[in-house]
Amino acid sequence: MSAEVTTFGPDRLSRHGRAASIALRMLKDRGFVVICILAATSSILVLSWLLWSILSSGLTYLDWAFLDDVPSRKPEKAGMGPAIIGSVLVCAVCAFFALPIGVGSAVFLEEYKPTKGKWVKRLHAFVQLNISNLAGVPSIVYGIIGLTVFVEMFGLFGSANDPALAIGSHPFEASDGSSYLEQAWYYFQLPIGRGVLAGALTLMLVILPVVIISAQEALRAVPDSLRHAALGVGATRWQMVSKVSLPAAVPGIMTGSILAMSRAIGEAAPMLVIAGIVFITYTPLHLMDDFTVMPLQIYEWAKKPQEAFHAVAASGIIVLLAVLLGFNALAVFIRNKFHKPLS
Amino acid sequence: MTNPSANPTRPIPGRPRSKTAQRVRERLIQAGLVGCALFSILITASIVVILAAEAIQFFRLDEVSITEFFFGTEWSPLLGAEKHFGIWPLICGTLLVTAVAMSVALPLGLITAVYLSEYAPPRLRAVLKPTLEVLAGIPTVVFGFFALTVITPGLISLHEGFEIYNAFSAGIAVGIMCLPIVTSLTEDALQAVPRALRAGAFGLGATRFEVSVKIVLPAALSGIVAAFLLAIARAVGETMIVALAAGSSPNMTLDPRESVQTMTGYMVQIFLGDASNYGPEYLSSYAVAFMLFVMTFGITVIGQKIRKRFREVYQ
Repeated sequence: MSAEVTTFGPDRLSRHGRAASIALRMLKDRGFVVICILAATSSILVLSWLLWSILSSGLTYLDWAFLDDVPSRKPEKAGMGPAIIGSVLVCAVCAFFALPIGVGSAVFLEEYKPTKGKWVKRLHAFVQLNISNLAGVPSIVYGIIGLTVFVEMFGLFGSANDPALAIGSHPFEASDGSSYLEQAWYYFQLPIGRGVLAGALTLMLVILPVVIISAQEALRAVPDSLRHAALGVGATRWQMVSKVSLPAAVPGIMTGSILAMSRAIGEAAPMLVIAGIVFITYTPLHLMDDFTVMPLQIYEWAKKPQEAFHAVAASGIIVLLAVLLGFNALAVFIRNKFHKPLS
Repeated sequence: MTNPSANPTRPIPGRPRSKTAQRVRERLIQAGLVGCALFSILITASIVVILAAEAIQFFRLDEVSITEFFFGTEWSPLLGAEKHFGIWPLICGTLLVTAVAMSVALPLGLITAVYLSEYAPPRLRAVLKPTLEVLAGIPTVVFGFFALTVITPGLISLHEGFEIYNAFSAGIAVGIMCLPIVTSLTEDALQAVPRALRAGAFGLGATRFEVSVKIVLPAALSGIVAAFLLAIARAVGETMIVALAAGSSPNMTLDPRESVQTMTGYMVQIFLGDASNYGPEYLSSYAVAFMLFVMTFGITVIGQKIRKRFREVYQ
């Protein structure tokens, strides 16, 4: 019996290549901790390096006038007024389309899970799979789709400069006798051209998967007992959703939507395809008007060879990061203020 | 007796008057929700159909041959008397930037995730998690600016051979951008490994390092590989960083010090107006976009398959 025990002793372990010495094993453990701490702190170092380099060069041109001024050939006069207004407009219109569709999809996926029917179940699973695949599509691909579908509308309605349908424009005679078309604030045309509306719809495609996934998570966090109680007192499916689970999930949905919108504000690639680099010195008058957004303006400045414009780009980045910080603070505030444990 | 709710003919406010009206309303709402959900399928379908249709139109052009596109090693759509459309220089540039990015993001992300999940004291965790969240929220154009104005001058001061636009600088920036994705997804995978496995290993006398490397990592392997694949897909599709820092010369090179052009970088160049509408170079961007879509979609799908197929299921 004692012989059987000794076969499991230290000699046997070492013969199989396992570290027999406890000291060596502990040393490995300590060494790994050091590597871990180095790796983990490197991300903190990189972030602080990035922020420091942007702050140190960006504060030169940053003042209140920078927020209001129009882009200029002179770095000291350049500002991002039109870009800020463009970003706000595009994101507002984008939220107007993306939030209802996104929350609707999430409600379908979470609250209307089919219990029977092979094909319905398959459809449900397919929609779910499709959404996680869409989240992985590069945003510039959405830009190209937006260009074809929204800006040009497959060429069905002629070119954007000569629209087949235009509502809200009337001829206007200038004082020197030349006449041109004046466009009202509700001006609408088909195809919609490289305007705010096309940008917003394209951005909707980009953030829709994000909105759907975060709204789904918020709905999933609502305990089933609330749903069972509602159904138990005779509520229909929609009454249960609209009176019980959606209201309970609203703080989570809002937090997720705000984070999705902060992603939309920083998105440059699809906007670059839709809007291009245009020199814009005015506020967009209507939803078909040319526009630019903050990241695009930053890209334009960063691309210039002059060093001075790099400082202007850094100032623009500070403004953009400040806006994003505000969005995140709002999301955290909503999460903390309205979040109450439901179970 | 005067209680108004006792009156049976008076409907209770907020309630549909008849069962039929209610049923119709339920059906309508359900149809609307199904419509919302089908919208996402419509998006996927239109991506595939539009990109494929325009790419086919591109291949029908006289100056383009489909064999040259898939096997050619020269991409010169804008310069020179004879235009060449061989996609390999663009794929090569994309893969070069992705390789540099992954050699930054994967080891750092994996080690950080192991540390966060298995080792980190709460105090360091409270600093690390928000840092990674902030990094994840920074727009990519900011990383591009960082690569162009900080990383590239730093590299040039270290070694003369770097060009002003180079794949290495862009790759490092893309790697920093991917780091939070790798870390958070890997940490999720590690956290999903049940406590009992760790407790069992500790009970046999294993050190923390042995538990992490020999027990937790193998158990979470499918999730980790899926996280890596997702990060690779993100790096392949990344646009603004490479448009700013990697340059715009489609080189067939494996030297990261040189300027390259990625697939996304080429699309940016076309849509910034270097080409006339409807010319072969304009249509070629659709063909490139289709290749890019197929690559990223393929990587995402493989990642999902791996996660599903090789997941160790614990109760």
